[in-house]
Amino acid sequence: MKKVYRLEDLDCANCAAKMERHVAKLDGVNSVSISFMTQRMAIDADESRFDEIMDEVVKVCKRVEPDCRIIR
Amino acid sequence: MQDNKITAGYTAVEGYSLSRRERKNLIRIVVALAAFAAIFIADKAVGLADVFGGRYGWLFPFALYLAVYLLIGYDVLWRAVRNIAHGQVFDENFLMCIATLGAFALAIYRGAAGMEIEGFDEACAVLLFYQVGEWFQSYATGKSRKSISALMDIRPDYANVLRGEEAETVDPSEVAVGEIILVNPGEKIPLDGVVTEGASSLDTKALTGESLPRDVAEGAEVISGSVNLTSQIKIRVEKEFYDSTVSKILDLVENASEQKSRAENFITRFAKYYTPAVVVTALLLAVIPGAVTGDWSTWIYRALSFLVVSCPCALVISVPLSFFAGIGAASKCGILVKGSNYLEKFDKAKTFVFDKTGTLTKGNFAVAAAVPEENGDEILRLAAIAERDSDHPIARSIAEKYGKKTEGGYTLTNVAGEGVVAEKGSDTILCGNEKLMERYGIACADPDATGTVVHVAHCGAYKGYLVIEDEVKPEAAGVIAELNAMGCRTVMLTGDNERVAAAVAKKTGVTEHRSSLLPQNKVGEVERLLSEKKRSEALCFVGDGINDAPVLMRSDIGIAMGGVGSDAAIEASDVVLMQDDLRGIPTAKRIARKTMAIVLQNIVFALAVKAVILVLSAFGITNMWAAVFGDVGVAVLAILNAMRAGRAAKSDR
Repeated sequence: MKKVYRLEDLDCANCAAKMERHVAKLDGVNSVSISFMTQRMAIDADESRFDEIMDEVVKVCKRVEPDCRIIR
Repeated sequence: MQDNKITAGYTAVEGYSLSRRERKNLIRIVVALAAFAAIFIADKAVGLADVFGGRYGWLFPFALYLAVYLLIGYDVLWRAVRNIAHGQVFDENFLMCIATLGAFALAIYRGAAGMEIEGFDEACAVLLFYQVGEWFQSYATGKSRKSISALMDIRPDYANVLRGEEAETVDPSEVAVGEIILVNPGEKIPLDGVVTEGASSLDTKALTGESLPRDVAEGAEVISGSVNLTSQIKIRVEKEFYDSTVSKILDLVENASEQKSRAENFITRFAKYYTPAVVVTALLLAVIPGAVTGDWSTWIYRALSFLVVSCPCALVISVPLSFFAGIGAASKCGILVKGSNYLEKFDKAKTFVFDKTGTLTKGNFAVAAAVPEENGDEILRLAAIAERDSDHPIARSIAEKYGKKTEGGYTLTNVAGEGVVAEKGSDTILCGNEKLMERYGIACADPDATGTVVHVAHCGAYKGYLVIEDEVKPEAAGVIAELNAMGCRTVMLTGDNERVAAAVAKKTGVTEHRSSLLPQNKVGEVERLLSEKKRSEALCFVGDGINDAPVLMRSDIGIAMGGVGSDAAIEASDVVLMQDDLRGIPTAKRIARKTMAIVLQNIVFALAVKAVILVLSAFGITNMWAAVFGDVGVAVLAILNAMRAGRAAKSDR
């Protein structure tokens, strides 16, 4: 399943790239793309465990860039 | 969503206002700057270390500078600590902390060792300068993001739907097909539909880049996202919101950033290795020469400057920003690019393959010639009388060319597959192909024409014939000439016979053409062309999106024309020209070229400045100030340069 989320207070391009690398490594994530310019994250993940995976994504992003919030 | 219903409906670009965080930081920077200036001047004028004098005199200026340092840098320090706790060591905050705290430590060391007091001001100023740069960077990015997003601001926020007597204001997604919506002047049309009442002018600039307003009246189809300009209209909704043009375009624009270009991927990969490499080098720079020469403070200082330059932010920020600005500029001209990789490929596009019908030609019929010419008006008048009741495209093209009211009173008889016979008393007009002429025993010319020939005879006498052709688009020849001049190969594919193909090829100036192709042959032909081109080049296929989806998918870049309203085209293609105008192609190519040039400039410039500063600071020629410029200064310059990509299109419109 594919979904697009808005990211709030994402203000460092390098952090966006780092977040993307970390999220991509998560189990069940097929593909992810974080755009610093549009402040959006497009994620394609296993549908059956989507919410579970998203919780994990939020946790990972919080670790990389604590200021940034994912609007779910 | 709910609270901005009332204010929505205007496309005016609002001035960029500072976010709360930006304003807070700006105040903090100004206060810190003022405090720093006061302390700095006092220090230089009276020498703060001498105020109390003695062995611990340096503690006084140290305390003052430290206060400013904490005021301006507490968030950087806090983030560095927090990120280390999260296992994120090599980030900007950490590097700045190490560099500035290191500079403080060196200054304390000098103070404690009884040397001349210096270095407190520098440590403090570097962080201050860094914050100023960061602030400006955030401001510039925010501003550019807003100005580009504003161009794509076509999302309607509400719809006035007529339910019962009153108009209700609801979310566009709640309106069903068949309901009547009311659109006032100044409002955006929220859903695709047909005008049922009223007439007005629509501004479709945000959708197509076309600046002339479009007039609509009852019965006209309107697309969502256009702005109603003059008067109230009622519209019967034809498509639900998710299916409407505006939703399709927004989806496309929002997903555009997913398809990353090679340049972007290169830069993020580069950044991954750059920072650790610089940190390790800095460490070696401090330890090895320090141990050899014993002059620790000099080498540690150099290593600290080295660290400041190590953030790859200038690169990481400027490359996607350039692409984003380029895509924004293109969409302003009614060209939707589905991802920055396509913009990158477009710059390399050397082969342009065109479908004929509907792409190079209008896909409609028009009278191209009347033979003999001196009888032209008479032939046209007679033909118009005979064809007046027919709905056939050929008949309509004759009526359109004639443009006047035709004489009535004729009895029209249709002869299937041959033409029309019009009679009024003894007056007989024959209008049709050579079979019709043969049937009435009239000798007619056998012209070598490239279109459909309509013979006309009046009262048994042959008058001449009309040639009806699919019209070549007026801009086609100019566009092809421009592409040829850029050194591109232009190929036309068509299902028509060789005679028609050669004539159109000649008129448009394409370098090659292939005729009598069945739809499946077109894919084969494109594959052959793909194998002929160089690996570094790209092939574009331009079609109208009807029947050519497989070819659009197969080519490197599929360009669909007249995208508004054609779902298949939007889905199958990589670039959509919202207007049915070929001039979008050279415009897109120019934007792509300019964007790629800016991307390259930014990469080279940022890397070069960083490399120079790294080398200079390793040899101790520069100080930490230059290093801070190498970080934030370059980022800001790169952002400003990237913004130029957004202006690429203006020069040629």
